[in-house]
Amino acid sequence: MAGPTRGFLGRRRERDPRLPPGQYDTGRDWPVLTAEPTPRISPETWSITVDGRVEHPTTWTWDEAHRLPRAEYRGDIHCVTTWSKFDTWFAGVSVDTLLEAARPTADAHFVVATSKTGYTTNLPIEDVTGGKAWIVWEYDGGPLPVEHGGPVRLLVPHLYFWKSAKWVTRLTLLQRDQPGFWEQNGYHDRGDPWREQRYQGD
Amino acid sequence: MELRLDVPGRVQHLAGQHYVVRLTAEDGYTAQRSYSVASPPGDPLVELFVERLDDGEVSTFLADVVEPGDRLEVRGPIGGWFVWDGERPALLVGGGTGVVPLVAMLRTARELGRTDLLRIAVSTRTLAELPYADELLDSGALVVTTREPRGVRPAGRLTPADLVPLWEPGRTAYVCGSTGFAEAASQLLLELGTPAADVRVERFGASG
Repeated sequence: MAGPTRGFLGRRRERDPRLPPGQYDTGRDWPVLTAEPTPRISPETWSITVDGRVEHPTTWTWDEAHRLPRAEYRGDIHCVTTWSKFDTWFAGVSVDTLLEAARPTADAHFVVATSKTGYTTNLPIEDVTGGKAWIVWEYDGGPLPVEHGGPVRLLVPHLYFWKSAKWVTRLTLLQRDQPGFWEQNGYHDRGDPWREQRYQGD
Repeated sequence: MELRLDVPGRVQHLAGQHYVVRLTAEDGYTAQRSYSVASPPGDPLVELFVERLDDGEVSTFLADVVEPGDRLEVRGPIGGWFVWDGERPALLVGGGTGVVPLVAMLRTARELGRTDLLRIAVSTRTLAELPYADELLDSGALVVTTREPRGVRPAGRLTPADLVPLWEPGRTAYVCGSTGFAEAASQLLLELGTPAADVRVERFGASG
C-alpha cells in the first residue's frame, strides 16, 4: 500500500544520515535477539576453524587467534528488528587474516558461518573480505558479553546483524550459496540494510 | 491493546509468527515495528497485540490515534522458527507480553481440538498487567506473579519445581519474553535436562 497513514506525523523530522531506511537509533541500549538458549563457552575450549574450499584448512585456539594481528571496527550496527546502534567499538581479528592463512580456492564464492549452537548464516565471499568482516572478542574495551555472542562472534557490520553470527566457531568456504538459519526461515539472503533487504522478496 | 485487522488476500499464518506495521507520514518519513499475532489461523481477522509505551513512536500512534476503519500498511506473516505446527507436544513459557505468540498457539490448539498437546507456564509482574490473563487461566496455565502474591504463593519467579511437571522428553519448549526473562527461563529448562535443540527462544525488548 502506498501513501501516508492517516494522522501519522512521526517524531523525528531530522533524520540522522547514519540511519538506514526503517531503522531507529537505540541509543545506549543493545537489545539481545537470539533464537536459542545462550551457550556457555569457555575461552579454553573455544576455537575457530576455516575449512571447505580452502587449500589449508586451519584451526586457531583462543591463544593462537589472539596472537594474530589485532583489528578493530568502530562504527554502526543495524538489526533487522529495526534498531541501529551508532559508534560501536569491537576488536579481534580481520576475517581477511584468517583467509590469508587458509587460502580459499578459486571456486570459493560463499561462506557459511557456524556457531557453537548450530546456528548458521551464509554470506558471499565479497562480504567478508576487503576489511568488511571480523572475528571479535572485545566490545568497548572489555570482553564481549556472552549474551552478545561472547566469547567470540562474527562481525559483518555492513549487513543486518543476524549475519554477524554469535558464538562463531567455523567459517566454511563453499562453491555455491547455502542458506543459513534465518535465510531458510523467511529472511533475505543478503541482508543489506541500506537496501532494506529484510525478508525474502525484498 | 488488541489491534484487529482485516488483511485482504493474506497468506495464512502459523501460530507464533509476527507482522510488521509500517506507518508513513505525509513527507514520506516511515517508522515500523513488529507485533506478534495473537489470533489463530481460523480467525477471519489478524489480531496483533500492541503494548503501548509512553515514549513509543509507533505504539502510541496505534493506541491513541488509529480508529476503526483506518487503513494500515502491514507485512506478514514473518518468521519460520518460533512457530508451532499444531501437532507436536509443546511447553510454552512466557513472560509478560511475551505470552502473545503463545496465546496464538493456545487458540490454534483449541481450533484443532488438541489443547492436550500444550502445557503453559507464564510469569508476569502482576495479573493485571498480563495480556489475555483470563484466557490463559481458563486454559489451566500456571501463572506466577513476581510483584504480588497469588493465592498462597508469595511473589516470585518461575522455579525449577514449576517446570519439572510440565516438561518431558520429546516436548519442544517455546520461550518468549524480555531478554532477561528468556535468558533465565531457557537456562532453567537446560538445567532440567531439556536438550538445547528443543528450546526455541523469542526475545524482545520493548519496541516503541
